[in-house]
Amino acid sequence: MSGVDKWFGELHVLQDIDLSIDRGEVVVVIGPSGSGKSTLCRTINRLESIENGEITIDGQKLPAEGKELAKLRADVGMVFQSFNLFAHKSVLENVTMGPIKVRKQSKADAEKRARELLDRVGVGAQADKVPAQLSGGQQQRVAIARALAMDPKVMLFDEPTSALDPEMINEVLEVMVGLARDGMTMVVVTHEMGFARKAANRVVFMDGGRIVESATPEEFFTNPSSDRAKDFLSKILNH
Amino acid sequence: MQFLIDNFDLFWDAFLTTLSLSLLACLVALVLGTLLAAMRVSPIAPLRGLATFYVETFRNTPLTVVFFFMIFGLPQIDFVIGFFTGAVLSVGLYTAAFVCEALRSGINSVSPGQAEAARALGLTFGQSLREVVLPQAFRTVVPPLGNVLIAMVKNTSIAAGFSVSELSSLLPRLVNASAGDLTAILVGVVVGYMIITLPSALAVHRIERRVAILR
Ligand SMILES: Nc1ncnc2c1ncn2[C@@H]1O[C@H](COP(=O)(O)OP(=O)(O)O)[C@@H](O)[C@H]1O
Ligand SMILES: [Mg+2]
Repeated sequence: MSGVDKWFGELHVLQDIDLSIDRGEVVVVIGPSGSGKSTLCRTINRLESIENGEITIDGQKLPAEGKELAKLRADVGMVFQSFNLFAHKSVLENVTMGPIKVRKQSKADAEKRARELLDRVGVGAQADKVPAQLSGGQQQRVAIARALAMDPKVMLFDEPTSALDPEMINEVLEVMVGLARDGMTMVVVTHEMGFARKAANRVVFMDGGRIVESATPEEFFTNPSSDRAKDFLSKILNH
Repeated sequence: MQFLIDNFDLFWDAFLTTLSLSLLACLVALVLGTLLAAMRVSPIAPLRGLATFYVETFRNTPLTVVFFFMIFGLPQIDFVIGFFTGAVLSVGLYTAAFVCEALRSGINSVSPGQAEAARALGLTFGQSLREVVLPQAFRTVVPPLGNVLIAMVKNTSIAAGFSVSELSSLLPRLVNASAGDLTAILVGVVVGYMIITLPSALAVHRIERRVAILR
């Protein structure tokens, strides 16, 4: 993405954002609340539109609303802070909906693949329950399986663990680390330093709608170059 | 009682007219109402505007005026429709506005994250509405939608004023002819309406309980 600007009314949420992500790269986005991290994530699959600049994915410009956009979104997996599993569908149906409705796979193929994915994220036994019967950690892993079922080119994670009880955070992070190891291209908004150190190729620090710093995890955590990053790190490391 | 038996054919015909008028108008109202609701939540501003205009127009116009327009207004522009068709369209188009509003409030009760997740998967706007939002909206919408449709059945009585021989049109006709049987006539008409509305109310109750357990 280059030269991206976004306003919410008077508020300039994203200011002249330049960011390019290589295939297979894992980028962690970090920054104070309200700095525009979620918005950045959401512009990448155009859940939010932008006023200026350009976003391209795999050489393709983001199309405007319509069928083309839907096609592009199918290639971009998204995992939300609040899971957003389809409440009226079983876990299995949550994972097969995209492949069946968007990729036009047969039900049998989609279900076979869905069960593999659910096993991979460790919730295979829950396939026939509805989301409300699962713990938060399990729900988020189902959400990851749902996104993976589309064979996305890139996955976006918007604070995937911040709605979880502490004991469930690791089970989700482990799945994500596994994905990173397998070469998935990932953009992850998170404050989990452990994940950033273990899996990220790059840490991007945002503040006030700008990218203030972009560095490797070692550099960023041991020796941040900007004062705002230093200030931010001291706050989150002290609690 | 004897009066009702003697005039059974009359009541039966009127009942069938009210029933078919209700069913056809219900079909129009549900189809058009769903379409309007989809338009009202669509990302395309002109569609939203059009649907809002429709809903506000019909919601704020008395049904009698809608009938008047259909049956006497349209012929003025050389568009003649029969009394019965006019009644179906009047009640159907009018009720569609209320169906739309009931559905829309149901749609708004579904958390926006649901539609977002659907769109993020690559479902089109129509698919996410069909597969994700409407099935969930339906759960909260059953009771208010039931009320709208029961009110609609009763609203078909306005057709009596426009030469449709439905149930309530029996009242002035029979009472004039045989004032002594007023009670029997009233009972006949009321029972006719109840045969249509009570099962609907019961069905609404049933569906409401079923979806409540599903949740
Ligand atoms: N839909 C919206 N309408 C108006 N303002 C919004 C909307 N979404 C986010 N904002 C504002 O934009 C800013 C950035 O939000 P966000 O991207 O969610 O930040 P972060 O995820 O870093 O906490 C915040 O000030 C927030 O209040
Ligand atoms: Mg956020």
